[in-house]
Amino acid sequence: MPDQDPSKTAPPTGLPAWMGGARPATVMAAVPGRRRKDSAVQKTIEGIAAALKTSVFSEKIASRPGLLQKMDPRAKAVSLLGLLVAAALVRQPLILLGLYAVTTAAAGASRISLKFFLKRVWLFIPVFAGLIVLPSIFNVVKAGDPLLTIWNFGHEVRLGPWSLGTSIAITKQGLTGAAILVLRVAVSVSLAVLLALTTRWSDLLKALRVLFVPRVFILILSMTYRYIFLLLDLAAEMFTARRSRMVGPSSPREDRHFAAASIGTLLGKSHALSEEVYAAMVSRGYDGEPLSLRRFHMRGPDWLLALAAAAAAAAAIGADRLLG
Amino acid sequence: MHIPDGYISPQTAGGLWALMVPVWYAAGNRIKRTLKARQAPLVAIGAAFTFIVMMFNVPVPGGTSGHAVGGTLVAVVLGPWAAVISVSVALVIQAFFFGDGGILAIGANCFNMAFALPVAGYYVYRLAAAGSPLSSFRRWAGAGFGAFAGINISAFLTATEIGIQPGLFHTANGTALYSPYGLSQTIPAMMLVHLTVIGFIEFAVTALAVAYLQRGHLELLGARATAAGGSRLKPLLVGLLLALIFVPLGLIASATAWGEWSPDQIRQRFGFVPRGMSRFAGLWQGIIPHYGAGGGFWSSTSGYFLSGAIGLAAALGLAFLVVKLIRRADRHA
Repeated sequence: MPDQDPSKTAPPTGLPAWMGGARPATVMAAVPGRRRKDSAVQKTIEGIAAALKTSVFSEKIASRPGLLQKMDPRAKAVSLLGLLVAAALVRQPLILLGLYAVTTAAAGASRISLKFFLKRVWLFIPVFAGLIVLPSIFNVVKAGDPLLTIWNFGHEVRLGPWSLGTSIAITKQGLTGAAILVLRVAVSVSLAVLLALTTRWSDLLKALRVLFVPRVFILILSMTYRYIFLLLDLAAEMFTARRSRMVGPSSPREDRHFAAASIGTLLGKSHALSEEVYAAMVSRGYDGEPLSLRRFHMRGPDWLLALAAAAAAAAAIGADRLLG
Repeated sequence: MHIPDGYISPQTAGGLWALMVPVWYAAGNRIKRTLKARQAPLVAIGAAFTFIVMMFNVPVPGGTSGHAVGGTLVAVVLGPWAAVISVSVALVIQAFFFGDGGILAIGANCFNMAFALPVAGYYVYRLAAAGSPLSSFRRWAGAGFGAFAGINISAFLTATEIGIQPGLFHTANGTALYSPYGLSQTIPAMMLVHLTVIGFIEFAVTALAVAYLQRGHLELLGARATAAGGSRLKPLLVGLLLALIFVPLGLIASATAWGEWSPDQIRQRFGFVPRGMSRFAGLWQGIIPHYGAGGGFWSSTSGYFLSGAIGLAAALGLAFLVVKLIRRADRHA
C-alpha cells in the first residue's frame, strides 16, 4: 500500500508500513470490493480442497457395510453400463422416473444418506441441465403446440431479423423434452455417483478390465489416480504459499502469470517425478508388462446383481416400447 | 465443454467411441514404440498433470475466471500421441469419480478434448515453430495459437455433436429426446464464448507456460521436438475411414432394428426439418450453405452425414498439408 501515509499507519516500533496498515493481510478477503480480485487463487485452493473432500468421502462410504459395497466391482461396472444404456435409450419420462427410483432405492440399501445422495446428484449437473433447457420450452425458441399461452401479441412481432411470432407460450413438446433431458441426466448422474460412492476407486479402475480395457491402460489409470493426489497436494501448497505471501490483492494479469508459472513448475516436477517412478519400477523388476496382485471373485450375489441390472434395463426398454 | 450423459443419443456416443478406439490403438502403439516401458509412468503422470491443470482457475480481463484444458501444452512436451492418452485418462477419471462429463459420453469427450484438441494444437505449434531454436518467441507464440486453435476446434465439434441431436432424435410430434437445440443455436453459443473468453485463457496459459519452460526447463521443450512426424499413421487412417463408413450404417441399422418405424416413418425421420431451426437460419451460415439450418437435403440425415464426411475429409486434408509444410520447413532448417 504505497499510497498510504506512513506517519498515520506505521506504529512507533519501526514496523514496515504495511504491517501496521488498516487492512491486515489475513482479512483481505473481507475488504469490500476487493474480494473478486484475488479470488482466482482462492478459487483454485477451494477447488482442490473440494476434490480431495469428494474422494475422502467416497472412500469412507465405500468402506461402510451396505448392499452395493459388498458386491464385486466388475459386477457393478457391468450393471452400471447396462442401466446407463437403458437410461439413454428410454423415451418416456415415466420410465426414467422409475429408473431414478430404483437407483435411489439402491443408494438407500447401501446406507448412503438420502440427503447426501440427493445433494451430490442434483447439485450441479441436472440443475444446470434444467437451466440450459429452460428457454427451449417456449415457442419463441423452439416451435411446438402451445400448452400455456403467457402473452398474446395479437399480431406478429419482429425483433430485427427475427420473428417472435404472434404469442409467447410454453409448448407441450418443449416441456416434455425438458423433462426427459433433466430426468435422463439425473438418472445417469445418479448411477455414476452410486458406483463411485460404493466402490473403492482403485478397485473400480481395476474392474474396468472386464470391459475389455487393455491392461496397460488400467495400469496408467491406477497410476494417474495415485499421482493426482500427490500433484493436488503440490498445487495446493504452491497456491497456499502464494496466498500467504500476498499482502494486497493481485491483478488478474499477475494471477495469470502465476497460474502459468505454477503450471510450468508442476510440469517440470511431474516430468522429474515420472523419471524417478520409472527408475523405481524398473529396479523392482518392471519390464513393461503390468501385473496385479488384487484378484476379484464373482460370487452368487454378484451374478445376481448383474442379472437384476440386466433385467431392469431390459424391462425399462421393453416398457418404454410398449408405452410409446 | 464436458458433455454429460443425456445430452447426446447413445447412437452418437457409440459412434464416437467407435471413432476413438482406432485412435487409442494407434496412440498406444506409437507411445509403446517411442517410449518403451517408460510409457506407463510418463503418460500416467502426464494425465495426473492434465487433471490438475483443469482445476486451475485463470482470471480473464473483466473480472471473471475460467478453467483451461491444457491439452496443447501436454502435446508440446510429451508429443501428440502421448497427449491423446494422457488427456483421455484424465477425462475417464473425471467422468467416473468427479461427474465431469458422462460415462457413455467418454468417447465423445475424448474425441473432442483428447484427440482433436491436442493433435490440432500440436500441429499448429509445429507449423509456427518449425525450424526455430527452442528459446525462440515462435515457440511460445506458436504454442499459444495452437492452444487457441485446439480449444476452438474442440468446441466446434462439441457444438456439432450436441446440435445434430434434435434433428435426428425426436418423437413423432417433435419432442426432442436429447439436447433440444439445433446447430444454428449450439454453434454460435459455443463459439462465442470459446473464441473469446476460453480461447483467451487457453492461449494465455499455454503461451505463458511455454515461455516459463523456456526460462527454466528448456530440456522439456526439446525432448519431443525432433521425434514427431508420422510414418505409420496408416492403420489409424484406415481405422478412421472404416469407422466413418460403419458409424452412419450402424445408426441407420439400429433405427430399423428397433422395428417400430414403418418405411414411411423412416423416410419422414430422415427428411425431418426441425421447425425451430429454420427460425434461426439467418444467425449462422456454415462453410456449406445452410448447413443443417435450411430446408431440404442439407438438414436431412444423409445431409448431416455427407457434410460430416466432407468436414472430416477437409480436416484430414488440412492436417496432411500442415504435416507436409512442417516436414519441408524442418528440411530447410
